[in-house]
Amino acid sequence: MMNQLIQRLQESFSSGFVGATEWRGDVAVTVTRDRLHDVAQFLHDDPGMDFDYIVHVSSVDWPDDEERFEVVWEFYSIRKRHRIRLKTRVPESDCIVDSLTDLWKGAEFMEREVFDMMGIRFHNHPDLRRILMPDDYTEGFPLRKDFPLRGKGWRDTFDFLDEVPR
Amino acid sequence: MGLIQLGRHEKDGAPDVITGTVEKAVNWARKGSLWPMTFGLACCAIEMIAAVSSRYDMDRFGAGVFRASPRQSDLMIVAGTVCRRMAPVIRKIYDQMPEPKYVIAMGSCATSGNIYDSYSVVQGVDRFVPVDIYVPGCPPTPEALFDGILKLQERIMQKRVFVAQPDQVKARLKV
Repeated sequence: MMNQLIQRLQESFSSGFVGATEWRGDVAVTVTRDRLHDVAQFLHDDPGMDFDYIVHVSSVDWPDDEERFEVVWEFYSIRKRHRIRLKTRVPESDCIVDSLTDLWKGAEFMEREVFDMMGIRFHNHPDLRRILMPDDYTEGFPLRKDFPLRGKGWRDTFDFLDEVPR
Repeated sequence: MGLIQLGRHEKDGAPDVITGTVEKAVNWARKGSLWPMTFGLACCAIEMIAAVSSRYDMDRFGAGVFRASPRQSDLMIVAGTVCRRMAPVIRKIYDQMPEPKYVIAMGSCATSGNIYDSYSVVQGVDRFVPVDIYVPGCPPTPEALFDGILKLQERIMQKRVFVAQPDQVKARLKV
């Protein structure tokens, strides 16, 4: 029996629907990048969906794939008590997706973290800055698979040491 | 303290006159009232908290009065992993502390970065603040932290107060 959430999404978005998996009650839906915001709007507003809580935003790096990055949003409905995982793929050359901060305000910091760690930009994000690394960090995006574990040069240069009298 | 006892009280024989150098008295007062600053960054902070609580009781060494402000503290115990973004904050807090000030690097992370040889972790807090005592361990037990504090107290007793420190004298002679 096919999951009701997947079925309704497939009926409503025939063009943007890429695929869906269900494993032990975990529903994951992959959509195309151009329809992402419409699907999210539907999940947020439709009375049958009613996803009012954003659990998590994360990203995955698949270095061998053509569309290298995958952005993952997880939603939960407190009233309906069901959850869904929404995925979309992004190519490295055009690393930008629509922000969902207009629907779920809680996505703001989590999308900033994805930008900080993976370098994926978010369209219409109100304040897209680095959140964990220093603002002047220039070595790239540390969670990408091609980023060396020990960083790209920074070991112990402290700019602030020149400012204080010694 | 190495003080010489001269007389005794006529009533119960308790010492009533002692002599010693003012330097030693000042050092004794300094080592007996080391006020640390709460600076827990990671799991080492849990052991530091345990060291202050009643089972271990850091107050026995006069070092239990944890202050929330650097302006009231003498000792900074850096307890935990220091990230790159935390480094300027630690330096600023260290600069705000009044002299004399001491730093204990508690645990492997504050000492050397531990296993976190990564893009974001500072490989030892001694790269930007002078460290007096290193306490090894991951995390160190409260007893290990006490050992560090006692070692620091021994070192404070050897400090010169009213004249320049021996190492500073040498540096001045070169010029």
